[in-house]
Amino acid sequence: MTALAALLLRDMRLAVRVGGGALMGVLFFLLVVTMVPFGVGPDLKLLARIGPAILWIGALLATLLGLDRLLAADHDDGSLDLILMGHAPLELAVAAKALAHWLTTGLPLVIAAPLFGIFLNIDGSAIGIVALTLLVGTPALTFIGLIGAALAVALERGGLLLPVLVLPLTVPVLIFGIAAGDAAILNAAPFGAPFLILIALTLTSVVIGPVAAAAVLRHGLD
Amino acid sequence: MEWIALANPSRFLALAERLLPWLAAATALAFAAGLYAAFFVAPEDYQQGATVRIIFIHVPGAWLGMLGWAIMSVAALGTLVWRHPLADVALKTAAPIGAAFTFVCLVTGALWGRPMWGTYWVWDARLTSVLVLFLMYLGLIALWRAIEDPARAARAAAVLTLVGAVNLPIIKFSVDWWSTLHQPASVFRVGGSTIHPAILAPLLVMALAFTLLFATLYVSAMRNEILRRRVRTLRLLQVHAAQGA
Repeated sequence: MTALAALLLRDMRLAVRVGGGALMGVLFFLLVVTMVPFGVGPDLKLLARIGPAILWIGALLATLLGLDRLLAADHDDGSLDLILMGHAPLELAVAAKALAHWLTTGLPLVIAAPLFGIFLNIDGSAIGIVALTLLVGTPALTFIGLIGAALAVALERGGLLLPVLVLPLTVPVLIFGIAAGDAAILNAAPFGAPFLILIALTLTSVVIGPVAAAAVLRHGLD
Repeated sequence: MEWIALANPSRFLALAERLLPWLAAATALAFAAGLYAAFFVAPEDYQQGATVRIIFIHVPGAWLGMLGWAIMSVAALGTLVWRHPLADVALKTAAPIGAAFTFVCLVTGALWGRPMWGTYWVWDARLTSVLVLFLMYLGLIALWRAIEDPARAARAAAVLTLVGAVNLPIIKFSVDWWSTLHQPASVFRVGGSTIHPAILAPLLVMALAFTLLFATLYVSAMRNEILRRRVRTLRLLQVHAAQGA
C-alpha cells in the first residue's frame, strides 16, 4: 500500500514540475473549444445547443494528448522495469499511475470546463451538470487510455497508433456522457439513465483498464 | 529455437490441404443456389421492390463481420492462456477477412438505405456500432503491422481483441436498447421469424454460402500465414547460419 501511495505521489509531483506538462491538456482543451466557433460560426444559439458535445470532444482529445506520457516516460528512464519487478501487483501499480495521471490531467479539465462552458453560452445550471458528467466520465477515458498507453510502450514506436486504438473504445463513454450532458440543455431528454450508465462505464473501465494494461506490459516487454 | 516452435502446426497444414477443395466446392454450390434463389425465386417486396434483394448480401455480411471478431476473441484466449502458435495465426488472419465482410455490410447497407430511407447514412445506433466495429478491425490490423516480432504482436493484439469484444453485445442489442431507424432483429427472435418464408429461405441459403466463403478464405489465409512464417523462419536461420560461419 505504501509503495502504491509513494508511486501515486511521485507521479503527481513529476507531473506538476518542470517538464511534466500537467496543464498542457487544459491549454489544448481551451484551444479546441476556441477552434469550434471558427468552424461552425459564432451563432450563440447553436453553440449552446452543441456545447456539451464540444466540451466532451475537447476533453476526450485533451485526454488523448496526454496519454502518451502515462507510461512512456517511465519506460524511457527504466523505472517501468522496476515497477514490473517490484512487489506491488502490477495491476494496482498501473492503476495508481492512471489515477495520478487523471488527478493531474483529467481533473484540471473538469475544473476548467465550467469556464469554457461560458464561452459556449451554456447557462449556469447546465454548466454544472456538464461538469458533473465530465467529472464522472473522464476517469473512464484515462483508464481506457491506459490500455492504449501500455500497447504504445510495448510497441516502442506506438505513439501514432495510440489514438487509433483508443478512440473506438471510448465511443460508449462519449455517447452516454453527451446524452447526460444534453439532458441539461434539452428539458425533454432524460438525465438519470445515461448518467448511471456513464458511472457504470467508468467503474467497468477502472477494472478492465489496469488488468488489460498489466497483461500487455507483462506479455509485451519481455 | 523459438522460431521453429512457432512455425510447426504441420497437422493443420495437412488438414487444410485436404479440406480446402471441398470447402471451395461447397461455397461455389451454395452461392449458385443462393444467388439463383435470391434473383429468380424470391419475390419482390410489395414496398421495397427489387431492393429487398440487397438484404441477401447485407445480412450475412453483418453476421460474419461479427462472427469474425467472436472467432478472434476465442483465438485471443488461446494466445494468452495457452500460448498456442496456431491461435496466433488464427487471431491474425481473421482480422482482414472480418473487416472485409463488415465493409460489405456497410456498403450494401448504404446502397439499400438510399432508396429506402432516402439517405446513404444515418447516425443510428446499429450503423454507428458496426462502423466502430470496422474501425476497430482497422486499428487491430494496424497494430499487427506495427510490431515485427509475430509472437509479441500476437499477445498485444490478443489483449486489444478481448477489450474490443465488449463491442459485440453492444451491436447485437443496440437495436433493442435504442430503438432508432434500423429495424430490430427479425430472423432470430422470440416467437419466430417475422420474415416471410419466401424471403427467409434464400436469405438462409445465402448466409450458408457466406459462412462457407468465410471458412474457405479463413482456412486458406491461415495456411498462407503458416507458410509465410516458415519462409520467415528459414530466412532467419539462413542469416544466423551465414553470421555463424
